[in-house]
Amino acid sequence: MSTPVAYAPERPFALPASQRRIISLMLYLGFGALAVGVVNGLAQALNYADIDIFKAFPGLHSYYQGLTVHGVFNAIILTFSFANGFVALTCARGLNRPLNQGLLWATLASMAGGAALLAGAILSGHASVLYTFYAPLQAHWTFYLGLVLIVLSTWLTSANLFLALRAWRREHPGERIPLLAYISVVTYIFWDIASVGVACEVVLLLLPWSLGLLPGVDPMLTRTLFWFTGHPIVYFWLLPVYVSWYAIVPKQVSGALFSDTAVRMVFLMFLIIIPIGLHHQYVDPGISPSLKFAVAILTFIVFLPSLLTAFSVMYALEIGGRRSGGRGLIGWFFRLPWKEPAVAAQLLAMLGFMLGGITGLMNASYNINLEIHNTAFVPGHFHLTVGTAVGLSYMGIAYWLVPFFEQKQLWGKRLALTQAWCYFIGVLIFARGLISGGLAGMPRRTAISLIDYPLPAGWHEAGILTGVGGTLMFISAVMFFVVLGMTIFFGRPAKIDDIPFTDTIEPPVASGWLVNLDHFGYWIAVAIVLCVVIYGPVIYQHIPPQMNSTGFTNY
Amino acid sequence: MVRYERIFFWFSAGMLAIFLCALGYVTVFMNIHLPGPAGRIIPKSGQNCAAAVLTTAPFNRPGVREIAPGKYEAVMLAQQWNFYPFKIQIPAGAELTFRVTSVDVIHGFFIPGTRVNMMVLPGYVSVETYRFTRPGSYRLLCHEYCGLYHHTMSAEVAVK
Repeated sequence: MSTPVAYAPERPFALPASQRRIISLMLYLGFGALAVGVVNGLAQALNYADIDIFKAFPGLHSYYQGLTVHGVFNAIILTFSFANGFVALTCARGLNRPLNQGLLWATLASMAGGAALLAGAILSGHASVLYTFYAPLQAHWTFYLGLVLIVLSTWLTSANLFLALRAWRREHPGERIPLLAYISVVTYIFWDIASVGVACEVVLLLLPWSLGLLPGVDPMLTRTLFWFTGHPIVYFWLLPVYVSWYAIVPKQVSGALFSDTAVRMVFLMFLIIIPIGLHHQYVDPGISPSLKFAVAILTFIVFLPSLLTAFSVMYALEIGGRRSGGRGLIGWFFRLPWKEPAVAAQLLAMLGFMLGGITGLMNASYNINLEIHNTAFVPGHFHLTVGTAVGLSYMGIAYWLVPFFEQKQLWGKRLALTQAWCYFIGVLIFARGLISGGLAGMPRRTAISLIDYPLPAGWHEAGILTGVGGTLMFISAVMFFVVLGMTIFFGRPAKIDDIPFTDTIEPPVASGWLVNLDHFGYWIAVAIVLCVVIYGPVIYQHIPPQMNSTGFTNY
Repeated sequence: MVRYERIFFWFSAGMLAIFLCALGYVTVFMNIHLPGPAGRIIPKSGQNCAAAVLTTAPFNRPGVREIAPGKYEAVMLAQQWNFYPFKIQIPAGAELTFRVTSVDVIHGFFIPGTRVNMMVLPGYVSVETYRFTRPGSYRLLCHEYCGLYHHTMSAEVAVK
């Protein structure tokens, strides 16, 4: 019943080896950041269990410096490097044409330069401002410049994707964009619009302020601009993983994606509904509650594409499970290739994402947020989303991608499998700890091992679970790096010509209004109008901005 | 299968709509609101934010006052790494309105076990009212990172 997709190119994959090498370096840069990030992650988790190991870290002088390393390295350097590399690769594969090599080098250079500046600023103790860098806490200017370069690298990647798409369109007038390329490009269009907030914040306000060119900043304005990007950024972490779940995992489980149109619509929904960052500011003063409720509604609407993803991806998996002989209502689930580390890690990531999605909806639930805002509930939630749905999927993807880059077999398949399960079990215990701690009033981003008031009820048990789970996650990360390193240096040579990606059972339609899904101009216009409607009133209050908060560096 | 897809879509949309209705009900009929605009202190030219806050009423005189029988107002300042006043005493059953701002960086204002949970931004006034019915000692925490000794920033609300 599966119709091969009309555009599935029969020609071999046309990406030159040199470009494959640059893309692999982007990924390795990201995984290098992950290595630094998880070491600090272990220290964070133990902090909740009342164990302060920061003194043992050479060069770190506070919990908050370690937390800044953890957030910036894992949630910015790793994620952006991964997106830049992986999505460039899937776009190139979808269009089956090479990318612009100069731009690829520029992207890598911008990323490496940005990462070096961020690392220097944070590790020297001049930027312990956490991942959110709320003014008027002020970091050294090199920190802000590092952020600029990192964001610039994503814009360079966008330019690369758009140039490739334009060239493809010239060669294929009137054809639908291949699905793999379509979802890759929409991810970056979405991010380009979403990143405008933080770009304005850093380039127009924080960077000049840190250089002494502005007397002060308006902390509400910088915070609002941060969250304009700060919520969509989580979809920028997630969408490259959705590319894998939709287009690659179905192939790896011998299944197939059902509807081409449904996938395009899901990605467009993310593109259209960008301005929901205000739900991180539910308990802020100075923003009207009715606007907050409007944003709650929008946030619930943007939950829909993730529910539809659950449906489509699960259906694609079910097709695979049944082709492998699975019977009955859930028999297919056990017939999935659970012995393949690349698949198992991503299936477990999907399971974790269900809990992450539910807890996320609780955070977004308007006045329920009063119960959990800025408590440990929040990191409990996002270690299931970015920490598991995204992080564990990266590891799963690495298990086929690194062999493709290196033209080697994966080393230590069984260790890789153990790694995935260890991480999954670890994060469940860890998140259970943080979530229960949050409900017992334990604040996030706080050196719990150093507090000077009696430990309130429920925090101790929560902290122990967090410490145990976090330790398992750390052990799992060590296994991941062993598998990765051994594959790169000692893997047995193999010849891998192509990356896996799926057919759709219902191919893209060739006529009718759905063709307009490929005309990005309309959707970009809708997205921008919605941003202006929601954020216009908020930003307008701050014109002209009151630049009177001077910087604080006592961290 | 397209039919199943459609059923799933409407099921999901319906579920989310029901959740939103529940939140609307809690807001309108149970009267649980989020903080909103409650004033702003804008420094005169040449004055910094801290000086403006400390010379503007009521924040020039932080403290607790009874504003009506059984109703109290706590005018509070958040400053690295303390709240002023750092101990508040009220009788059980009293309704307490917190009126807070920060003189330096962004702070949090959170009393576990209650729905008092706000951000405190320099120069912005945050207001929340809560009726403390159970006697006991409530811990008021700063739950936004505010510098090196953030974890020591707390105060106490004693309900007798």
